[in-house]
Amino acid sequence: MAKLTIPEEELMRAGHMGCLGCGATMAMRYVLKAAGPRTILSIPACCWAVMPGVWPNTCLAVPELYTPFETTGASISGIRAALDVQGQEDVNVIGFAGDGGTADIGIQALSGCADRNDNVLYIMYDNEAYMNTGIQRSGSTPVGAWTTTTPVGKTGAWEKSPKKSVADIMIAHRIPYVATASVAYPEDLIRKVNKALSIKGTKFIQIYSPCPTGWKMDPGLTVKIAREAVSSRAFPLFEVEEGVMTITMKPKKTPLKEYLHMQGRFRHMPRELIEEQEKILDMKWEELLFREECSKNTP
Amino acid sequence: MVKDIMTGNKATAYGAMLARAQVVAAYPITPQTTIVERIADLIAEGKMKAKYIMVESEHSAMAATIAASNTGARAFTATSSHGLALMHEVLMWAAGARTPAVLVNVNRAMAPPWSVYADHQDAMAQRDTGVMQFWAENNQEILDSVIIAYKVAENKDILLPAMINQDAFYLSHTSEPVDIPDQELVDQYLPPFETEVKLDVDNPKGFGSFIMPPQYMEFRGHMARSMDKAREVIRKADREWEELTGRSYGGLMDMYRCEDAEFILFGAGTMMSTAKDVVDELRKEGRKVGIARLRVFRPFPVDEVRYLADRVHAIGVLDRTYTFGYGGPLFNEMNSQMYNHGKRPPTKNYIIGVGGRDVRPKHIRGIFDDLEKVSKEGYGEEGEIHWWGLLDGKTPEEEL
Repeated sequence: MAKLTIPEEELMRAGHMGCLGCGATMAMRYVLKAAGPRTILSIPACCWAVMPGVWPNTCLAVPELYTPFETTGASISGIRAALDVQGQEDVNVIGFAGDGGTADIGIQALSGCADRNDNVLYIMYDNEAYMNTGIQRSGSTPVGAWTTTTPVGKTGAWEKSPKKSVADIMIAHRIPYVATASVAYPEDLIRKVNKALSIKGTKFIQIYSPCPTGWKMDPGLTVKIAREAVSSRAFPLFEVEEGVMTITMKPKKTPLKEYLHMQGRFRHMPRELIEEQEKILDMKWEELLFREECSKNTP
Repeated sequence: MVKDIMTGNKATAYGAMLARAQVVAAYPITPQTTIVERIADLIAEGKMKAKYIMVESEHSAMAATIAASNTGARAFTATSSHGLALMHEVLMWAAGARTPAVLVNVNRAMAPPWSVYADHQDAMAQRDTGVMQFWAENNQEILDSVIIAYKVAENKDILLPAMINQDAFYLSHTSEPVDIPDQELVDQYLPPFETEVKLDVDNPKGFGSFIMPPQYMEFRGHMARSMDKAREVIRKADREWEELTGRSYGGLMDMYRCEDAEFILFGAGTMMSTAKDVVDELRKEGRKVGIARLRVFRPFPVDEVRYLADRVHAIGVLDRTYTFGYGGPLFNEMNSQMYNHGKRPPTKNYIIGVGGRDVRPKHIRGIFDDLEKVSKEGYGEEGEIHWWGLLDGKTPEEEL
C-alpha cells in the first residue's frame, strides 16, 4: 500500500454546520490533522464560531475557547502563559480566525502577540470577506469583488482597494515563521503547519479558503478555484522562515480571467480592470521572485 | 506579619503577589501605572512567580486574563478609567465565561475634559457586566481585598470575576502603614486555584460556544443566582479573614456608628473616611449620626440597606459621579432597594467630589445639616438632588 501523505487521524468529526463546498472546513480539518490532539484552539467571531455546532454539540475533538471578535492575538497569549506556568509547554496553542478578524478588527491584538513573540500559531483562514455576517467586504477583499457592501449597482461600486497583505505585515514583525497555504494543496499546508509548530515563537499562516456562498461559485469547484488562485498568481504560496523567503509552488501561469470567471463575485469586472489587475499580480510575482533571490544571501 | 508604609498601588501589587497570581496581563495607564511597574519589579526580582503578558491595550489585557483563567491559572489585571471603559465588552465576556479573575481599578474621571483624578464613573458604568465590585477605603483594604476577592470569585458556587476599586491618588499614590500578611497565612486562607472546568487537552470541551434562546436564558439565570449567592460568600470570606488577621470590612457594608444613628450618609471610597471623622465630631456634639460605607456594589447590599431603612430618620447618598439621566448611581440603587420594603425614610442625593474635587469636613458637616433640615421641612424648591458646592460662576475660594 502506498504511504499516506496526510495523517489519518480525524480531529474534525462529521456534522459541521458549514455550507456546501466550504473551504474553511477543509482548512480546519488539515490544520488539526497536522497539529494533533494535544492542541487548544482559540476561535473568535467568524464562521468557525458557529460551524462546530450549537451547544452542547461540537464537531471538534480538541478544546476550543470562543472569544470576542478582536481578541485572538491576546487570547492565545493568555492560554500559552497559563499552560507554561502549569508546565504544559508541549501543548499547541492555535488561534483560528477569519480574514476580517485578522486583517481588520483583530490586527491590533495580533500585532501585540507577534511583538511579544509568544509561542503560538495564528491561522488566518482567508475567504476574502465577512462571510459569517453575510458577505461584507473586509481588508482582505480583492479589487473588483462584489460583496453586499460593495454592491456594484449602476455606478460600478465594486471593491476598489487592494487586498491587504497581512502576510507582509506579519513578516515586518520579524516573527520566526510566516507562510501562505491553500486548501487545494493539503500536503503543503500540513507540512507548513508541522514546521510552524516545531518552531518556538509566534507563527502565522494565511490559508486561502474559498467560500462558494460568498463568491457565488459552484460548490464543486472549491479545489479547482483554489488551484487557479495559485497559478494565476492571485494567491501565491510561500513561506518565510527566519527572514528567508521560499516560494513553495511555482506552477505554470494561467490567465487571471479564467480564475475570475469561475466566480460570480467578479462577473461585472470590465476587461481593462482585469488586465490592469493581472499586470499588478505579475509585478507582485516578480517582486516575490526577487525577494526569494535576495533571501539566498541571508547569512 | 510585617508593617510597611506603602501606596495603594504598591498594596495592589503585594496583594497580587501574596494571592500567588500566576498570569498578569496589564497595560499602563495613569494612575494605575505604578501597579504594573511594581509587579514587573516583583517578577524580575524573583519574588513573584508569575508570567507577565505585556499587552498592547486594556482590551487585550482582559482578553488574555480571561484566556489564562479559563486555562486554569489564577489571573490578575489592573487598569483605570478609559482603560476600564475599553475593557467593557471583555468584562461582560469575563462574567459570562464565569472567569474568577481579579481586576484592580484605580477610579479616575472619564474625559473630556481630560482628568486623571478621582471619580467613580468608570466603575459605576460597569454595573451591569456581571463583575463583582469591591470598594476600598484605605491601602490595607486594597491589599486584603485582592486576596478576599479571589477567595470569593473562585468559590465553585460563584465563579464570577471581581473588581476592586481604589480612588485615584487619594489611595493609588498616597502612602499609609499597611500590614503585609505572612505568605503562609494567605496560603492557608486561599488555597491554589483548582477547577475542572478549563481548557484541557485530556478532557476537550468547547467554552462559550453558540447557543439557542431556550438555553441562553438558563445560563443568564444561573449567573444571576451566583451573584445573589455571592452576598453570603462575601460575608463568610470577610469573617474568615477577620479570624486570621483581626481585620473585617463589614462584609458588604461598613457600618460606622450606625447602631442608634438617626441620620446617616451612604457612599463609597476615600471620602467616607473624612465623613467618619466628621461623625466623631458631631457625636461629641450629641448628634446621632453614622456612616454606611459601601464595601460591595455588586452584588448590592440589599439587606444592609433595608436594615438601615428600618432604623434611621433620613439617608444622605454621596455620589462621586452622576448617571446623566436622573440621580447618582448609588442614590438610584438605594432608593430602588427600599421601594418594595416596608419602611422608606427620605433620601437625598449629594453629588460631590466629582473629578477629584476635595471633599472636606465642612462639606460633610453641611450635608448632615441639610439632611436634618430635609427630614423636618421636606426637600423644598431644590429637590432631592444637590450638586454640592457647584460653583456656577462663583470664585472657587467662596465654595472650596
